[in-house]
Amino acid sequence: MGKVLAVTGNQAIAEAMRQINPDVCAAYPITPSTEVMQRFASFVANGKVDTELVTVESEHSAMSACIGASAAGGRVMTATSSQGLALMWEMLHIASGMRLPVVMTLVNRALSAPINIHGDHSDGMGARDCGWIQLWSENAQEAYDNLIQAIRIAEHDDVRLPAMVCLDGFIISHSIESMTFLPDEVVRDFIGEFRPKHPLLDVNNPVTYGPLVLPDYFMEFKRQQHEAMLKAKDVVLQVAEEFEKVSGRSYGLFEAYRLDDAELAIVVLNSAAGTCKDVVDEYRDRGVKVGLLKPRLFRPFPYKEVAEALSGAKVIGVLDRAESFGGFGPMYMEIASAMMSNGTNPVMIDKIYGLGGRDFMPEHAAQLIDELKEILDTGKVKLYKDYLGVRE
Amino acid sequence: MKGWRELEIGAVTEAGSADEYNTGSWRAFRPRWIEENCIQCLFCWIYCPDSAITVKDGKRGEFDYKHCKGCGICAVECPGKKGKKAIVMEEEGK
Amino acid sequence: MSTTPLRLKELSKKEDLLTGGHRLCAGCGAPIAIRQIMLAADVPIVAANATGCLEVSTTIYPYSAWKIPWIHTAFENAAATISGVEAMYRALKRKGKISEEIKFIAFGGDGGTYDIGFQSLSGAMERGHDIVYVCYDNGAYMNTGIQRSSATPFGANTTTSPAGSVIPGKLQPRKNLTKIMAAHGIPYVAQTTPAHWRDLMTKVRKALEVKGPAFINILASCNRGWRTPTDRAIEDSKLAVETCFWPLYEYENGRLTINYKPKEKKPVVEFLKTQGRFKHLFSPENEHLLQHSQELVDREWEALLREEAMWKAEEEKEEQKD
Repeated sequence: MGKVLAVTGNQAIAEAMRQINPDVCAAYPITPSTEVMQRFASFVANGKVDTELVTVESEHSAMSACIGASAAGGRVMTATSSQGLALMWEMLHIASGMRLPVVMTLVNRALSAPINIHGDHSDGMGARDCGWIQLWSENAQEAYDNLIQAIRIAEHDDVRLPAMVCLDGFIISHSIESMTFLPDEVVRDFIGEFRPKHPLLDVNNPVTYGPLVLPDYFMEFKRQQHEAMLKAKDVVLQVAEEFEKVSGRSYGLFEAYRLDDAELAIVVLNSAAGTCKDVVDEYRDRGVKVGLLKPRLFRPFPYKEVAEALSGAKVIGVLDRAESFGGFGPMYMEIASAMMSNGTNPVMIDKIYGLGGRDFMPEHAAQLIDELKEILDTGKVKLYKDYLGVRE
Repeated sequence: MKGWRELEIGAVTEAGSADEYNTGSWRAFRPRWIEENCIQCLFCWIYCPDSAITVKDGKRGEFDYKHCKGCGICAVECPGKKGKKAIVMEEEGK
Repeated sequence: MSTTPLRLKELSKKEDLLTGGHRLCAGCGAPIAIRQIMLAADVPIVAANATGCLEVSTTIYPYSAWKIPWIHTAFENAAATISGVEAMYRALKRKGKISEEIKFIAFGGDGGTYDIGFQSLSGAMERGHDIVYVCYDNGAYMNTGIQRSSATPFGANTTTSPAGSVIPGKLQPRKNLTKIMAAHGIPYVAQTTPAHWRDLMTKVRKALEVKGPAFINILASCNRGWRTPTDRAIEDSKLAVETCFWPLYEYENGRLTINYKPKEKKPVVEFLKTQGRFKHLFSPENEHLLQHSQELVDREWEALLREEAMWKAEEEKEEQKD
C-alpha cells in the first residue's frame, strides 16, 4: 500500500497531478488554489512530470487553452478558485458542450463583492449548470482520491465530459492532515492511457470543432449532454468499485452517516460534514435519532438514491455554504427536488452557513439538531430558510 | 434529419462538407467566361472568395455555378486581352 | 517538404482548403485572404478561429468549409485556444506520439483581435508559442451589424458611431495594432492585403517559418460595412495601399522593412470616396475631417519612413565598422 504523509489539501492535489502526469496543464494563479499549480510548476521544472505547462494570462485563457489542448487529443488538467472560475464561466460551458474530458480542481472560495479569499461554495454552485461533473470532498484524502477517479469518469466512453473536484479553500487546502498516497504505478495503471476522440492533431482525418448550430440541431446536442450525465452516475460507481480494489477506500454517490433509523437528518457538503459527524455522535449518545448525508456527486445529482437514503427522516436540515439571494440555497433545492420526486414529504429547513470562510463550529451543528428536534416535537417551523452563525 | 442518438457528440463536424451546399442561388448577376479573351492569368481564381473557378493543370475552366455568388470581383480584376474582358457580368435569368 | 513556387499556375494545382458553399457575403474579402494563406502553406495547418463572420459563415452545422482541422471556441480567445493546441502538439511530439510537422494558425477579425481578444493575443505572443495569428481587419464588428471597433478608421459611419447631425461618425483614430504587436518583440510581424497576393503569401511563409509567434494583419474589405458594391474588395485594398492608409510592411526580428512605397502617394480621399461609410465626410462642413484623415495617414506613414531610415543608417554604420 501507499505512503502515509501529512500534507495540505493543495499538496495532496498537486501530488495526484504529478502521478496523473497530464499532457498539458494551463493555469493562472488564484488564492487559495495557487499552491497546486505552484507545486506542479516545480514538478515540471525538475522533470518529475513531462507535462507542457501553459502559464496563461487569465483564467479565461486557462480554460480556453485547456479546451484547445483537449481537442488536440491529450489529457488536460487545471486548478482554480472563486473569481478564477467565474472568469472561466463562459468556457466551462464550451468544454462540456464540446464533450472534452478536462479535469479541474476547484478549491472553493467565496465570490466577490466584498472580496474575500476564504472558503465557501458560491463558486462551485455558480458553475452547477455548466455541464461539468462535480465531485465534492470532505478532506485532503477524498480530494486526492476524487481527482484520480475523476480522470477515469471524465474520459469514459459513455461520459466524455469535463469534471471538477471541489474541496474547501483554506480549511482543507491549507490545513495539514495525515493521508495515504497510492504508489505512482498504481495511479498510472488505474487511469490508463488517454484515448483521444477526433483529435485535431490527426491532420489526415481533419474535423471541425465548434460549428454554429442553429435551432434545427441545437437541442439534440443538449439532449446528448444530459444522457452523458445520466450515464456518469453509473460510471462514478463503477470507477469507485475499481478504486476500492486498488486503495481499500470505498466511495459511493454520497456518504450516509448513521442514517438508517434516523428521524432527523442533516445534509451537508465538504469539510463541515466532519464537524457535523462528531456532533451527530454526541446526540446519538444521548439517544437522539439523528444522521447525516454528505453528497459526493453533485452533478449529476443522484436524486433517487439520495431520496431513498433520506426516506426515513421526518425532519431534514440542509446546510448550504452558498446563497441564492431571494431563494433557497442550492443544496436545499436539490434535496427538495429529490424528496418530492420520491413522493416523501419530510419537513425541510435550509441553513446558510460559513459564507466567506466564517467558522462552522460544533455548536452550530448542535443548534441545528436542536431546532430539528423541536420541529419534530412541535410540528412547527419558525423559518424555512435562515442563517446560521451570523451576528444580528 | 438525425436524432440525438445518431449525431456525433460535441457537434464535431465533417471537414469540407460545405462543398455540398449550394450558394449559387444567391446570384443576382452571373459571370460569363469568354475563353477567347482569356490570357490564363488566374487573377480570377486567386481573388475568388468562393473557390468558384475551376482550374485544371494550371488553366482555368468553367465557373462553378453551384458556389459562385456573383460578386463580380473576377470581372473587375480580369485584365482581358487587348482591352476585351474575358469575364462579363450578366443579369441572372435573362 | 518541397515549396510551391509563388506563381498562380503552380499554386492553382494545389488543393483549395476552403471549399465553396460557405455563407460569407458575396464579395467578402476574408475568404480571399484565407484561401491565399492556406495555399501559401506547404505544411499541414491546424487552425483556431475567433467568433465572427468568418467563423459562423464557414461552419453552419452540419456543413464546414474547412478541409483542415479547425476549432472555434469563443470570441476573445482564439490565441489562447491555439496556444493549447500547440502545447498539446509539443507534449505529444516529445512523447513520440506524433511525428508530423504541423503549423498552427489562429484567425480573428478586428473585433476578436484588436478589442475583446487583445489580452489573450498579447499573452500568447509573450509566451512564445510557435503559432501565427492572422487578423482579418475589416474595420468594424461586421458580424453583429457594423458596430465600431478600435480598428474602425477615423470618421467612419458605423451603427454605433453613426454620422449624425452633432457627431460626424467615429471620432477616434484607429488603434495601430501592427505596431503594438511589433512591440511584443516577437520574431515576425507584418501587414498586407489579399490584393497583394504574392506579398501576402510571402509573409505567410515567413510567419510559418520562424520559430515562435508571428502576427499578420490583413486588410479585408467588407462591402456591407464599407458600403461598396460587391466587386470592390480587391480594388479598395489596392487603394488602401496606394494612399498609404494601409502600408505593406514587416518586422523581421524587430527590423522594419516597408515592402512597397507608392511612386506617387495618392491622397487618402481616393480610398475614402469609394466607400459609403465615409460619404458624410465629403459634405462641405466636414472638410476639416477629411484633412484630419489625411494628417492621421501622413503621421503614421512618415513615422514608418523615419523608422526604416533609422534602420538603414544603423546598418550602414555597422558595415563601415566591418
